[in-house]
Order: sequence, then structure tokens, then C-alpha cells
Amino acid sequence: MPEAAIPLLHIDSLEVRFGAVRALKGVSMDVRQGEVVALVGANGAGKSTTLRTISGLSRPRSGSITFAGASIGGRPPPQIVRLGIAHSPEGRRLFGALTVAENLRLGACTRTDRAKIAADTERLFALFPILKQRWRQLAGTLSGGEQQQLALARALMAKPRLLLLDEPSLGVAPLLVRQIFDALGELKRQGVTMLLVEQNIKLALELADRAYVLRTGSVALSGSSAELRDSDRVAQAYLGAAE
Amino acid sequence: MSGDWRIPLVLLAVCVLAAAVAYGAPHVLSDYFVRIILLIALNSILVLSLSLSNGFTGVFSLGHVGFIGAGAYVSGILSIPVQQKMALLPHLPSFLHWFSLPFLPATVVAGLFTAILAVIVGYPLMRLSGYFVSVATMGFLIIVNVVLINASDFTRGARTFTGVPLETTLPWVFAWLGVTLFVLARLVYSPFGRSMKAVRDDTIAASAVGIGVLRARLIAFVIGAFFSGVGGSLYAHYLGSFSPNTFYFAMMINLIAMLVLGGMESLTGALVGVVCVSILSELLRSVERGFTFAGITVPALFGASQIVLGFVFILIMIFRPKGIMGDRELTFGLAARSARARKRREEQNA
Repeated sequence: MPEAAIPLLHIDSLEVRFGAVRALKGVSMDVRQGEVVALVGANGAGKSTTLRTISGLSRPRSGSITFAGASIGGRPPPQIVRLGIAHSPEGRRLFGALTVAENLRLGACTRTDRAKIAADTERLFALFPILKQRWRQLAGTLSGGEQQQLALARALMAKPRLLLLDEPSLGVAPLLVRQIFDALGELKRQGVTMLLVEQNIKLALELADRAYVLRTGSVALSGSSAELRDSDRVAQAYLGAAE
Repeated sequence: MSGDWRIPLVLLAVCVLAAAVAYGAPHVLSDYFVRIILLIALNSILVLSLSLSNGFTGVFSLGHVGFIGAGAYVSGILSIPVQQKMALLPHLPSFLHWFSLPFLPATVVAGLFTAILAVIVGYPLMRLSGYFVSVATMGFLIIVNVVLINASDFTRGARTFTGVPLETTLPWVFAWLGVTLFVLARLVYSPFGRSMKAVRDDTIAASAVGIGVLRARLIAFVIGAFFSGVGGSLYAHYLGSFSPNTFYFAMMINLIAMLVLGGMESLTGALVGVVCVSILSELLRSVERGFTFAGITVPALFGASQIVLGFVFILIMIFRPKGIMGDRELTFGLAARSARARKRREEQNA
């Protein structure tokens, strides 16, 4: 299979430390244009840290992150959002005291094309109709599933070239998880590039083209979703069995 | 469209009423009531300046009184008449001896001075969150107090600073209160205001959507400090003489109590807090001197007013923890009406 010329996102031997703890010990990965890549692994493997470091919320100690040809490692988050990376953080992290409308508008706060923002909001209503009904409601009063949809929509409002999703199924009722992953599938068909962190490995591998399995801060395994689905080494990496 | 023409009309009516009170009250009311109205308006400016960082941006500063004190002294030094300056402040650098500024320019300079001070102080401190920023800004207040006491060439040290012309009248305070309200309302209910509230709600989410957290906090802190400096100048020209301890913990606690009681996340809440606390404490003060009602003599109970006020604070915090107004504004239905009008227009266009 011929490689796409240059990957949209390229991470090379990324290391992140929190005090004495090495959260990432030299992680390397690629995300190509139009691809959905899943990042799976047990708790504490470094999945969220990887996303947070890409979006600038955590600073790398060493290694490089290149996005669309620009080195972005250690840059402040507003710059990274402007370059086209939107992060839907773990636990949704909405602005609970603000309305759905305000949350969405804040998602687009780095954009200056006012007219297009309104059009994009309309397009999001097609994807998440519930948000139109809840338009004037405070985000903190929505149900878990509704909040997750709003968190996704807020990240999409930045019109990202790369969407970072951290646990979109966390704290969401099973029926709504299906709905959210259907929406993600629709986004994938529209050509949105995504890097997805997900505990639910089955769902993640269904959606993603490829996946990386992280284990205690480094990549234990990687490959196409189809390969990984059939391999029992994923389970081993999760459970920490000897390789 | 009915909502649209009412709002300027109501604003105009409020301005006319304020002007009437400002110019008419001294002729109608006793000095005591005029003084209470003036102090309410003055404290409103101070509490509003505090609400921007503490209420809307989530930076609970305990150091704002430091800016008020700095503003008072800067404005005082600038506006003492030249003849008195030599006598009162003989060691002042000579360029400050040559001139004295009128009230308005001295007030604006005081505001700009405290705004610049806020940039210097805020740049490192606005990286902190939660309790840490409160304690750190309190450190700033202590530093300001010590500097005021020790920079005696400028401030006469712990001795009373006096000779400031008494120029703070009701029209001045009302005008500045109008400016403060106008600027803060424009700011808080703008896209930037939305960013401030986002930073308050969740700094990580704010960063993730691309808001500069430090920048938003710093702007709120600096603009608040500007109006604190202005309020300090008005205070200086109201009191005429004061000392470093005028602008210390007692004032800080008073202002914060007003802000928290009224509702930190609402501009009109800040006003409601000031009015309630001021009127209540005045009422209680007159009651505690003792009075005779229907043949029953109530003896003087000095200190009772503080106890009652303390109880009121506790009760409000139990039953309305977000303050009297919470995050709602007192708009007398006008905002809702204009929103309805806007919605109708949108529906007609659609």
C-alpha cells in the first residue's frame, strides 16, 4: 500500500513527565489525512496524555510533534487550535453555567468568519438534532449523552483539520453510545480526520482504520483495525501479560 | 420591534433620575442621607471593579483593596494644592512639587497607574487558580500596605495623609458609576465576556477551545484594577484625609461581603449587595444606640449591629449560596422583551 506523501500528524519519540513519573516514554505515531486512528490501552497507559500533549495542554519533555508540516510541540493551546486541531477533552468539560448556544459559540472562538459559523451550527444540528432543542438551556443541566454530543459539537465548531476525541462513550447510556458512534461514523464519511481515545475497544476498532495500543507509556502494538480485532495480543497488552 | 425603543428610553429615564438625585438630593435631604447615597454609589464602583475578576473570571482576588489604596494615594499626591504640598510632603521629588492636577485628570491618572500596576502584578499571579491566587493577591495587599507605611516621602507614612481637596460630590460619583457600569456591561456581555466566563467555568476546557486563559484573566484583572484606582481616587477626595490602614483588611472584607451577598456573577447583583449591606448596617447602627418605642425602652447594645449583620450573611449563604441575585441581572423585563422581539424578527426573516 503506497504511503500518503506526508502524514497530517507525525509524532516522534514523544516523552512527557509529571514530576518523577514518566507518563510517555517515547511514543511515535502517524495520523494521515482523512484517517480515523484509535488509541487504546489500559488505564494509565498514556492515552489522554498523548492527546493533551498534542493539543498543548501538557508540555513534552522531549520528542517532536509535527502537524501539517509545522512543529507544534510545546506551543500554547490557542495557537494549536488556530492551526486546526480541536480537542474534546476527557469528561466532556463543558461550560456548565453557560447555555448550549454559548458553548458552541466558544468552540468557534478562534475563528473570524462569522457568517460561516452560523452555517456550520446549522450543519451540526443535522448531526445532533437534540442540541437545537436544548439551544437556550444551560449545558450543566443536560443529560450525560446530550453533554457528550455538545462536547463533540463544540470541538467541531473550530472546523478542525484534526479532531482529538477523548473517551466519547464515558458516562453515556449504552443506547446513546451507539448514537454517538453513528455520528462519528458520519463524520468519518465526511472526511474528518480523527484521533480517538476509547476504553470500549470493540467500538473503537469498528470505527477506526488503524489503531495503536499503548501500554505504560509506550506503543505496545499497532496495525490496521482488522488485524488488531483478530489478534489476541491486544488483550495481552491490556492485561499486561508477558510478550 | 416594541422592545427596541423602550430600552434607550428607560436608560434615558434612569440617567435623568440619577442626575435629579445627584443635583437635587443635597437640597432636599439631610447631609446624613446624602452621605449614605454617596457611599453606596462609591462602594458600588469598588464592588463592580471587584466583580470582573472575582465573579466573572473566577480569579478570587483578595488584593483589590491594594489597588484602591494605591489609587487613593496617587490621586491624593497629584491633587494636593501646590502651596500645601511643600508643607505636607516636603521630601516629595521636586517634579511632583511643581503642579497639582484637578480632580478628573488626577482620577484618570490614578486609574491608569493602578492598571499598569495590575499588569505587573497580574502577569505572574494570573497563572494561579483557586485558593492560590486568593492568597497570592492577599500578599499583594500586604505589600501595598507596608510600602504605603514606609514610603513616607510620598505618603507621610503611618501618619494621616491629609490636604486632599474634598471634591467628591454626588454628580461625580454617579457619573463614574455610570461609566463603570457601561464599560463592564459592554465587556461582560460581549464575546470576550463569554471567554471570561468560560475560563471561570473550566480552565482546561477553555484552553482546549483555544481561549488564552492567562490573557483573559489578565484583561479582567487590569480593567478591574483601573476602576479600583478610580474608586480609590474618589474615596481620597471624599475623605480628604486617610491613612494606609484605611485601605486594608477591614475594607477588603466589607467589599467582598457586599459582592458575595449580592451575587458575584451579576453586575446588578453587585449593586444589590452594596445597597442591602449599606442600608442594613445603617439601620442597625441607629437601632443599637437604644430607643424608646411604645413606652418600652430598649437599652443601647453596642456591637449588636455587627452580630445581626453576621447572622444575615450566614443566612443568605445558607439559603442563597450564589448571592441574592445569583447570575441573573435585574433588567425589569427589558432584556427578555428585547430577546422576544429579536426572536420574532428572526422568525419573520426565516
